[in-house]
Amino acid sequence: MSVDLEKILRPVDNPMPPFQPKYMTIASGEEMVIRQVGREEIPDILPHVEALMHVERDYYDIVASRVYAELLSYYYYRVQDEYVLVAQINGELAAIVNGRMVNKDVGMSLHTLALKRGLRIGAHAFAAKMEYHIDIMNQKEVLIVAESPIGFRRWMIEYNLEKRFDTPHELGGVPSWALTKELFDKARDTLVVGRRPVPGHLLEKAEADILPPSDPPKPPDDLLAATRARYDSTATVLIEQRKRIGGLANA
Amino acid sequence: MRDVYAVGIGITTFARLEYPLVEIAAYPGLMALRDSGLKKVDHLYVANMGGGRVNHQTGLASAVVDNLSLTPAGAETIENGPASGASAIKQGYMAVASGMHETVMVVGAERMREVNNLEATDFVATLTHPHAEYIYGITLPSLAGMFTRLYMEKYGVTSRHLAMVAVKNHANAMFNEFAHLHQPITIEGILDSPEAATNNPMVADPLRFFDCCPVSDGGACVILATAEIAKKPDKPIIKLAGIGQATDTHAIHDRQEPTDLLAVREAARKCFEMAGIKPKDVDVAELHDAFTILEIVESEEAGFFKKGQGHISLEKGETKLGGKLPINPSGGLKARGHPVGATGVAQAYEIVTQLRGDAGQRQVKDAKIGFTCNFGGFGNNVVCLTFTRES
Repeated sequence: MSVDLEKILRPVDNPMPPFQPKYMTIASGEEMVIRQVGREEIPDILPHVEALMHVERDYYDIVASRVYAELLSYYYYRVQDEYVLVAQINGELAAIVNGRMVNKDVGMSLHTLALKRGLRIGAHAFAAKMEYHIDIMNQKEVLIVAESPIGFRRWMIEYNLEKRFDTPHELGGVPSWALTKELFDKARDTLVVGRRPVPGHLLEKAEADILPPSDPPKPPDDLLAATRARYDSTATVLIEQRKRIGGLANA
Repeated sequence: MRDVYAVGIGITTFARLEYPLVEIAAYPGLMALRDSGLKKVDHLYVANMGGGRVNHQTGLASAVVDNLSLTPAGAETIENGPASGASAIKQGYMAVASGMHETVMVVGAERMREVNNLEATDFVATLTHPHAEYIYGITLPSLAGMFTRLYMEKYGVTSRHLAMVAVKNHANAMFNEFAHLHQPITIEGILDSPEAATNNPMVADPLRFFDCCPVSDGGACVILATAEIAKKPDKPIIKLAGIGQATDTHAIHDRQEPTDLLAVREAARKCFEMAGIKPKDVDVAELHDAFTILEIVESEEAGFFKKGQGHISLEKGETKLGGKLPINPSGGLKARGHPVGATGVAQAYEIVTQLRGDAGQRQVKDAKIGFTCNFGGFGNNVVCLTFTRES
């Protein structure tokens, strides 16, 4: 008797309500659409994440690597109850957020990856993710960790998250923090924005194509400099710069 | 006293820089040497406010002179709060004008993002009065917030005027490859849209996020020299024609009228007097807009507009590129960034660039006279500079 291994390997997703797309005006005056994407759109997203795996600043490398794996797991049905939201500006991919439903009461926030920096793009996308868990899935709390100081400031400090240090997070088994419904309600007026429904022309533009980010985070000019010890002043960078401009090494 | 000229300039990108403070200072020095064609200078002044506290680096000038292979030139570090940069330029001027030196390199450098924002804010707050202000938790944003509220009540400045400064300077910075923030913003996005309050949250009422300058790393350099040396390079000759410095009370509550920035008024007056010009003669200005309100108020105190009328001129578009008096074409502290010890030198870098006609898309047409205002403390130590292009 033949065995269909795929049926064993593939988890069966539980039903999850859809995230209704929303839009907002960001500080630049542009309108950003946040919408849920299905597996069919993952191949369009992966190349833009892959590029960031080599950006060795602000933990983009580790976050992009993990997001890549999570998106691939989602695409190949190797993760249970994951969802992916994207933020787009004029079709351009600006941010990716994803998470998982652990059970009906608890969500697991996975990652927030901003492909366009500044203007609270990542923060708006994160808020949409929390809205999905708390308001749409009606969960009681979301477990969260941060891999970068920027994330820590944005999530732990801005949302005043509670410690759930006895609960290991799925990202590396590190102690979790939690956004409860009560905390989300407190943050709602100041941190959670967006309007529905999304005007037809905006949604059509977003759904038509996931365009590459026009100004994605870039690797540091000098990797050696980026990883230098705090008190190292051996002038490595200066030597490199001297080489670039040429002929002034002993000016 | 001899005339003094700016013969070489250099700058780093303003951002979070990933190399040590010494190199942030040395790199623009190297660029300025190349720009000037000089191989050596007689002396270095290095402006820096926080090296010892933030970067565990003291004796910065000694480190920089060695890093640049400029020994045995003399070298000193100048600390005068956020006005350190222009103070160092003043020292350089005096050294050349007096005949003590032929060439002086003035560098400004700061690496503030080695620490988090809270620590950086606290470090800058150490310039406030220790017993009357700092001990009560005052910070520069909170001082500026109170100042702004008073100014609004007295002169009719509104949040929209403040936002207009931010929008203008962010737009200017889009043309400045060295600026910290390359983010165009709009009134709609930061003031009028339903999401504006989240995009632009309150920092210190009535100042919002986009009313405050970023915390930046960066360095800039100007090399000063005599007329004989200035005539050598194949570049327009830029004279450092005026310097004015003035101080005010340390604690703001000791001022008779807290909305008057008397040190700016006096420093600008002395500066124009020394240069032999009037405010109306200035073609381009770099003002110290650590907070958007300061650009408006400094534009009045410097004499460009009547007191209480700066926001009206802003409304009319007089201070934007193409206006009657473009202010902060570099993006200002608001968008070019504000590495505190470097700012005064960066302002001079921008003015020299403008007077040379090298500012590209942000070039002020036919600029011949440029002015800078470097604002230390909360207006308690101000240094103004005037540069002129020699025909």
